[in-house]
This record gives sequence, structure tokens and C-alpha cells, in this order.
Amino acid sequence: MADFFQQIVSGLASGGIYGALALALVLIHRATGVINFAQGEMAMFSTYILWTLTTNHDFSYWPAFAVTLLVSFLGGIGIHQAVIRPVERGSQIRVVIVTIGLLLVLNGLATWIWTGEVRAVESPFGRRTLDVGGVAISVQDIGTIVVCLVTVAVLWAFFQFTKVGLALRAAAVNPAEARLVGVRVPWMLGLGWGLAAVLGAIAGMLTAPTNFLDPNMMQSVLIYAFAAAVLGGIDSPVGAVVGGLILGVGLNLLGTYVDFVSAELQLPAALLVILVVLLVRPAGLFGKPQVKKV
Amino acid sequence: MSALLELRGLEARYGPVQALRGISIEVPEGSVVAVLGANGAGKTTTLRAVSGTVRRSGEILLGGKPLRGGPEAAAKAGIAHVPEGRGTFTDLSVVENLRLGAYTRRDRSVKADVERMAEYFPWIRDRGDQRAGTLSGGEQQMLALARALMSRPRLLMLDEPSLGLAPLIVREIFRIVRELNEKEGLAVLVVEQDARIALNAAATAYVLEVGRVAVSGSSAELRDDEAVRRSYLGY
Repeated sequence: MADFFQQIVSGLASGGIYGALALALVLIHRATGVINFAQGEMAMFSTYILWTLTTNHDFSYWPAFAVTLLVSFLGGIGIHQAVIRPVERGSQIRVVIVTIGLLLVLNGLATWIWTGEVRAVESPFGRRTLDVGGVAISVQDIGTIVVCLVTVAVLWAFFQFTKVGLALRAAAVNPAEARLVGVRVPWMLGLGWGLAAVLGAIAGMLTAPTNFLDPNMMQSVLIYAFAAAVLGGIDSPVGAVVGGLILGVGLNLLGTYVDFVSAELQLPAALLVILVVLLVRPAGLFGKPQVKKV
Repeated sequence: MSALLELRGLEARYGPVQALRGISIEVPEGSVVAVLGANGAGKTTTLRAVSGTVRRSGEILLGGKPLRGGPEAAAKAGIAHVPEGRGTFTDLSVVENLRLGAYTRRDRSVKADVERMAEYFPWIRDRGDQRAGTLSGGEQQMLALARALMSRPRLLMLDEPSLGLAPLIVREIFRIVRELNEKEGLAVLVVEQDARIALNAAATAYVLEVGRVAVSGSSAELRDDEAVRRSYLGY
């Protein structure tokens, strides 16, 4: 039983990370209408910034964390301005291709700057475990869950209660109308990319202590995030988070209790989730079924 | 009365198609002006040219100052455009729609204004959290109107407010527009296919025909002129 609870907690921790990255995908999907294939590499790049700050520039962890978020935010806006905005008006496939190009560029750039060597990133929460009623729970897992929850709550409050958050939602759902009430839509979409980059950065920084840092570290995490976003509904922020948690816990339990599902089979399991959801309920758990008017 | 909005030789085109061929229209401060005409005469385009949602040339003066830029600039300058077919954010709640209406405002009395809107449209009070897309057509048109008013506009532009609505609701909407005009001096430029109801609400009217002003004058004149009525207004 203790083992079961441990698996749940560590599943929630990885699920929180999947959820955060899935939320980034949902943000961009709502703003720009495409899946950002570079989301994982953007997160990896952010994590390298954290690593550089803590390793080479004597930053302690949390200031480096904050600086990384800021740089990622500006980087996300910059990416939108530089490479997304010019192709945004055309067909969506152009934007998708640009994000795939971005994936390759960021991956190559990171390898060029930091080499492909695998680095260790310290955990801000330490490697200790807590004993909760006979269940050993890793502080890293608890910290990860807390950071994810706080992030989601802050983001939710931003979208719900602030003028800019509301304008961003308006710009995403109906850009033409939004302009009529005075919203500068391109800025809002840029802001959406900035926020998505911040979410990705958080996911990357929380992944690194357990998965280590290298230019390919986020590729499997991105697949899990895809699965989480599809499971929850690609346009549903709540769905992304819940989908992430379900997937994290589910895969963890599957890996522990079903003998033939080894670590190698977890990624195919995620792909199976994507496939099944798309076949059975394309809108996901929380998405609205799309009704196309003909 | 000085002109709040002055259009001089306004032209607009959609790609190769010229929709406006140099129209001149004046909206005096505090008055209701109607733009009438058949389908495709350029009524909707006139409003879209003013708010900058279509490519245009010619002169647009708001309060004597030239109006430039896209719809964001028009909104900031005090023009509230309610587009054809219920200008609401269907995915957002009623109150969120109203908050967005006040987007260009810097003051903090937005809450008080939501309450003020509820005096005109009492149903808003109980259904603030309802998604706009689930409202009836008439309610959506009223919400679009309320949202436009939230910006405390200098000029309200309404595009076919009667479209697809029951006569009773249309009358109610025009009653509120008239009340706003009389009580608060709100200037209104309304585009309408239903000439009869528009002429009732407006002081002056312009009749468009293939992108030009064919006839203009006071509403009473246009109503009484048998020839104009027959050939342009169709009743």
C-alpha cells in the first residue's frame, strides 16, 4: 500500500510537469491555432539558461529560476514576433512547419552552445524523502506538485480577473471582435507565446533534476504533454492540467503494477492514449465537440 | 450643430471590387443618422470603413480630427462599432463581454457601468455568468449594444440591429437607442435594411445605391417623398 501511495505522488509530480507543458500547448493552440512542436525545445533551452546561471554565474537557485522565467517570457514574445507573426496570416500548415523548423534550430543551437553532454541540475528541494505515515515521499515530488499547482492557479487568476488576461482570451477566440473593442490582437498573441514559454520553462526546470539536462531531454516529455492535451481537450486549459495528472499517475501505476509495461513501453502507451482519444472522443475529456458549419 | 463625424469622399474596396465610390455623410453631435439602401449598396462597408476594418481612402473626421489606423485606433478614439450579426464573444460570459466593452477605458468605474447596463437590460443582472453564445438572438443583440455602450462611446455605430430578430425585440432595441440619444446625447450612426423603423429613430438619413449616396435629407422628408420611398426604400 505504501508503494501505491508513493507511485501516486510521483505520478502526480510527473503529471504536473506534463500538465504544465500541455497547458503551454493549449495556450498557443488557442492563440495561434496550431500545435507548437518547438514547445519542448523552448523548455529545454530555458533549462540551459537556468543551468548556466547557477553553474557559471554564481546564481543561487531561486533567483536563477526567476531570471530564467523572465528571459523565457521575453524569448517567447521574441519568437512570436520574429518567426510566427510573419506566417500567421497564411495557412496553418505554414505555422506548423515553422514550429518544426524552430524545434530543429533550438536543438542545434543548444548542442552548439552547451554541447550534447548530459548535465546534472540541482534540485531546489533537495534529495530528501519525508516519512508520511510510513510512506516515503520525495520532497522533490512534493515541490514539483506545489510549483505546478501555484503556476496553474496564478495563470487561472490572470485569465479570469485581469483586464489583460480577459483581452488575451478575447483575442484568441475572436480576433476581429477583439480589435473592435480596442484590443491589440498581435500583442496579445505575442503575450500568449511569452506565457507558454514561461510554462515550458517551469516544466523544463522541474524535469531536469530527475531526467538530467541534455538537448533532447524534453522530447519524450513533449509527447506526454501532447497526450495530456489531447486527453483533456486541446482547447481546454483545465483539460490540459487534469489530462497531465491522469496521464502521469496512470503511466506510473501501469509501469509499476502491470508486468509487461516496462519503462520503454511508457512512451508507446502515451501514443496509444492519443490514438484512442482521437478515435473515441476527439474533443477530449473537457473539450467542446467542434461543430463545423457547412 | 457641429459635426461629430464627417465622411468626405470616402472610398473602400474589397480586393478588386469597389464597394464605396466616394460617399459624404455627416453625423451631427447628439443626433441619430440612418444609412439605408438595398443589399450590396455599401451600408455595412460604410461602417467598416469608419472603424478601419476595410481598406479605405478619403477623409474621415471625428470631432474635426482625422481618424487613422485600424479598429483599435477607432475604438480608442471613441467609436463603438456593433457589427452585423451580433457582435459578441460567444465563448465568454455576459459580464466578461461587458468588461471587454470597457477595454479602452482607463477609469475604474467599470463595475458601476455594468450596473447601469442592467438598468437598460434587466436580464443581465441574473445572467452575468451565462455564456453569451447560449443567449437568444435578441439577447445577444442587446448584449452587443450594451458592450458597445460600456466604452462610453462618442459615436455608436449599429449594423443591421434588426437582422433576424422578432419585431417586438427590434422595437425594444430601437427604443433603447432613442432613449440613450435623448437622455445622454449619444450620437448614433445606424445602418438598416428596415427603412421604416430606421426612419422613425433617425433625424436624418442617407440612401445608398451601389456605393454612392443617392438621396439624403431629414427622415420626415424621405418618408413623405413618394418617389424616394418607392424606388429606394421599398415600402
